[in-house]
Amino acid sequence: MSDVAICVENLGKKYLLSHQQEGDRYALRYAIANGVKRWGKRLLHPRQGVTRPELEEFWALQDLSFEIKRGDRVGIIGRNGAGKSTLLKILSRITEPTTGRITLNGRVASLLEVGTGFHPELTGRENIYLNGSILGMSRQEINRKFDEIVAFAEIEKFLDTPVKRYSSGMYVRLAFAVAAHLEPEILVIDEVLAVGDAQFQKKCLGKMETVGKEGRTVIFVSHQMGMVNQLCSKAFLLNQGQIIVRGTPATVIQQYLGDFVSNTVNHATRSDHNYQTKEIYIDHAETVNSKGIAITEFMHNEPIFLTIHCQVNQWLNHITISAALKDRQNRKIFTTESELSQQYRTNDKVTACIKIPANLLAPNPYFFEIAVHIRGVKIIDLLDEVCSFRVNDLGSELAHYEGLDYGCIFAPCEWIINPLVSQNQ
Amino acid sequence: MSHSSNPKPSTLIIEAGKTEKHYWRDLWRYRELFYFLAWRDVLVRYKQTAIGMAWALLQPFLTMVVLTVVFGRLAQLPSDGAPYPILVFAAMLPWQFFANSLSACSNSLITNAHVISKVYFPRLIVPASAVVVSFVDFLVAGMMLLLLMVVYNFVPTWRIIFLPLFVAIAALASLGAGLWLSALNVKYRDFRYIVPFIVQFGLYLSPVGFSSNVVPQRWRLLYSLNPMVGVIDGFRWAILGGNFHLYLPGFFLSLFLLLVLLISSLWYFRKTERTFADII
Repeated sequence: MSDVAICVENLGKKYLLSHQQEGDRYALRYAIANGVKRWGKRLLHPRQGVTRPELEEFWALQDLSFEIKRGDRVGIIGRNGAGKSTLLKILSRITEPTTGRITLNGRVASLLEVGTGFHPELTGRENIYLNGSILGMSRQEINRKFDEIVAFAEIEKFLDTPVKRYSSGMYVRLAFAVAAHLEPEILVIDEVLAVGDAQFQKKCLGKMETVGKEGRTVIFVSHQMGMVNQLCSKAFLLNQGQIIVRGTPATVIQQYLGDFVSNTVNHATRSDHNYQTKEIYIDHAETVNSKGIAITEFMHNEPIFLTIHCQVNQWLNHITISAALKDRQNRKIFTTESELSQQYRTNDKVTACIKIPANLLAPNPYFFEIAVHIRGVKIIDLLDEVCSFRVNDLGSELAHYEGLDYGCIFAPCEWIINPLVSQNQ
Repeated sequence: MSHSSNPKPSTLIIEAGKTEKHYWRDLWRYRELFYFLAWRDVLVRYKQTAIGMAWALLQPFLTMVVLTVVFGRLAQLPSDGAPYPILVFAAMLPWQFFANSLSACSNSLITNAHVISKVYFPRLIVPASAVVVSFVDFLVAGMMLLLLMVVYNFVPTWRIIFLPLFVAIAALASLGAGLWLSALNVKYRDFRYIVPFIVQFGLYLSPVGFSSNVVPQRWRLLYSLNPMVGVIDGFRWAILGGNFHLYLPGFFLSLFLLLVLLISSLWYFRKTERTFADII
């Protein structure tokens, strides 16, 4: 028995893009009119091939080849439109490839959505059977796992209630519970894990990890880099329908964040005109990485540097530069400041650099408020909402909760857990 | 299929343009899904209705009353020796079966679009299970026929044993027309509006409210171009017994057309099926 679970050779998928108005493309009158037109053309110019100028070809996947070994957990990352979903759809046989060949060794179950085929009018019990069979379980298999599924979903009491009366949390739990009990040799998962409350997510991910450890092959698509890094043993970076990087998740994710996320320079410069009247003003500021390159996408385990460039018009004593970090909701996370101890002269440039240590900020977008002031006396210059940047999770301890608000910083707390003394003794 | 009991993993090869090979085997493998989908639709059909399954009785019954009054009483059409309500009801059964299947089938792929775009299975299962649901209604409505027979003290002849054969023909007719419409509806939603017309006109174009013996002999063959004529005549022949004569050339023409319809529908469905997920 070969140890290759999935072998993909020269896979391609072509879509036809219509330049007609959307919705018109499949209208009956359009089909009839074009049919008549083409037929007329063929009648007039029988030698010419019929072209359809209104349709343009688009290759969602092109010449894709890869091999996945049994037991591998492969994360597929890439920007929107890179072809990830198309690849999953072809692997799960929802749509046909245009070219190429795929060999799948083992039963494939695909989970492109939780709760596919759930019917709101049916009870929890009925939906377990329905959803299970849609996902490819046999009736005996469902019978066998039924109690386990119910226990996993924690819905014992509501088993005979129509799911339309469920809370959304219960609904999702039930849906995932069914999916989690699939036992295929190859599991294809789209971004479906970001469901339910945090506790349930952890449970799901635990389940996912055991699936991988049992030697099943998992293909996992996600935008949540932390999860990919934590769950997968390998990763592919897909761009424009082709795999451009393959390797360990960490290296692939780094490449992805480096090259593909819109890594614009968040260079903030002055825009108001009266800065010349200020004693000192902030000329520009930007975030850079440890190599001094200006970027906006950071990994959670690398330090973030903010450089502030000031221009002195007239020196005053006790000038202090301060920066406050704010989160999306405009809450201040911390403020840090430093008094300029040296004397500067007119037209001197001052460059201040702040290092935010690695493993401090939780994965979120942030921005700065930067100010130059004299403590308790006056604010000389202030820039707010500048130098926005994002921290990406590269498999932190809390990667399970990626996408949820679990705070802004990774607090290095110590835990001391004492064994509970039994009351009976 | 239960792979968990099967230690050897099966190998599946997906090749561009060659998915045909697995199709009929897959259809067999997914028979449980077929069963579950049909079961779901039957369960859901009369949920949250006050009189539930009684709708399956009430609809054909009321239609039968109207048709009996219009064609039997007002128009005084002949009833081939059977009580007019039974004459009408014997035709109502296959007609309602066909009409319900047609509407259910044509919408089936659209209403299951979310499943089709997320999971693989032979799509043929979806319209086929829609036919099964209509078949359940058909069986329920069949009770009404029994009741009518008791009321009119009408005893069927030995021909009744052929009824299952005609039921099968009716089912195939429903599937054939249903497959065409379901596949066309995926691409051209116009058929959502066309189907109710077919059903509405069909009721009068088919010999539901009257016996097909009313049609002048020289037009009979032409009339039989409507495949439902053969199906309905078959039902009447089996149920009404002695006095009803089956016009054989017409019957076989209808049967032949039904076969053409079924085969062509399978061909068209299979041809378009692979693109369903892309365009639905």
